[in-house]
Amino acid sequence: MIQCEFQKKLQAPHGEMLLDVKFTIEKGAFVVIYGESGAGKTSILRMMAGFLSPEKGKMKVAAETWLNTKEKQFLEPQKRKIGFVFQDYALFPNMSVEENLNFASADKNNKSHLEELISIMELHGLRDRKPATLSGGQQQRVALARALVRKPEILLLDEPLSALDHGIRGKLQDYILKVHRQFGLTTILISHDPGEIIKLADKVLVLENGQITKEEKPVEIFTKSKLSGKFQFSGEVMEIKPEGVVTILSILIGRNVIKVVCMQKEVSNIKAGDQVLVASKAFNPVVRKIE
Amino acid sequence: MIEWEPLLLTFKLAAISTLILLIIGVPLAYWLAHTKTRLKPVVEAVVSMPIILPPTVLGFYLLIALGNSSFFGRWLNDTLGIQLVFSFSGLVLASVIYSLPFMVQPVQSGFAALPQNLREASYSLGKSKFNTFSKVLLPNIKTSLLTGMVLTFAHTVGEFGVVLMIGGNIPGETRVASIAIYDEVEALNYDSANQLSFVLFVISFTILLLVYFINNGKKFWR
Repeated sequence: MIQCEFQKKLQAPHGEMLLDVKFTIEKGAFVVIYGESGAGKTSILRMMAGFLSPEKGKMKVAAETWLNTKEKQFLEPQKRKIGFVFQDYALFPNMSVEENLNFASADKNNKSHLEELISIMELHGLRDRKPATLSGGQQQRVALARALVRKPEILLLDEPLSALDHGIRGKLQDYILKVHRQFGLTTILISHDPGEIIKLADKVLVLENGQITKEEKPVEIFTKSKLSGKFQFSGEVMEIKPEGVVTILSILIGRNVIKVVCMQKEVSNIKAGDQVLVASKAFNPVVRKIE
Repeated sequence: MIEWEPLLLTFKLAAISTLILLIIGVPLAYWLAHTKTRLKPVVEAVVSMPIILPPTVLGFYLLIALGNSSFFGRWLNDTLGIQLVFSFSGLVLASVIYSLPFMVQPVQSGFAALPQNLREASYSLGKSKFNTFSKVLLPNIKTSLLTGMVLTFAHTVGEFGVVLMIGGNIPGETRVASIAIYDEVEALNYDSANQLSFVLFVISFTILLLVYFINNGKKFWR
């Protein structure tokens, strides 16, 4: 179990903001931190990794204290059993794919684990390539493999897929889910993508202005309407984007584009440019074509 | 016949200064690229001073500071038996100060341009700060290092005012090429002056050509 409590003043887009969070993550869970950009998501992840120090805070992993500002305890990032994957991959440009992985491996006799990772991530053909010659998806597979070389217990993923195309994203989600299960990891992912979150997460922490405002299962968060009572709007469908098990509709209502999560079959008769009615009953929004 | 002694002395001075500046300039550049201290502008200004300061001013203050008239100069001489003015060691010290910005500035911008993620990724893989520095950061600023080294070397080859003030014109000790040229011209030996000048001219051009060549075509370097 991971217990975290962080307080830190951050420079947010709208001025100074106090990040003040407290949360617990069960061992083996897959948790997503969700929120607007500038809400403090990356800072939380960086504090868990030890890259950033909170002004006040505690962090305990199982029985081990990683941070306690009151007692001036701080475990260096090097000693934390974490794997960290960055949005822009952060592969070492001077090393080949294989050298990147070998660099991570402290134990040179660990060949079999390395080979296992290479085979899970399907990196055989890329061993001798330099990162600059790889596509984004390939780079992120290398980065994911590299993060797992030291057999971490906790995998921290900072929007690892947001720079990738939709199709590749789906594949990488499968890789992430696979290693999460295979190595019994506790995984914390930052994501903006409702489809991705519903597919991967057990629990979502919703972060707003430095505070955790909700802690729920993904389906509960994305299917509950924020509005109560009954509302209805009509608008034009701008884009229909399948996201794994769900489909996201971007709909222009007045001058606002809103995004609605729908099931695939609900929207099978709708195409971009159609006029639709978006109605919210107490909970689920209903989308219907205007004839 | 070309007088080789001043040329050799010049290149010896440039090589030693470049080596010393690599050792002190690279860590200083790294510190400057990442420090959050409020003193950073002050340190940067001090490091960059030799770029705009007339070399004679720098040489003059070094002469005062290291000579026998200053407490420090007397102490060096009396206790350690080191005399820095009018000696090769003094020239090295002066060159190191004089060429410091030419090493620090390119290397500092090289470090600053590296994504912070590289360092953090390396830490998260259990690598110490030193390992990260030597195996991840340094190899990725190769071109900046090369630029710093070449500029330092070339700048030291070209120094005149500082050497004249603190080193004088002692053959085999402080009589570097630029001083020798000046000396020959004063004695109206235009031929010898021309020979030395031409060698310096060709070497400087070649060095700079190499730097621009390498920086324009990174593939060639790799």
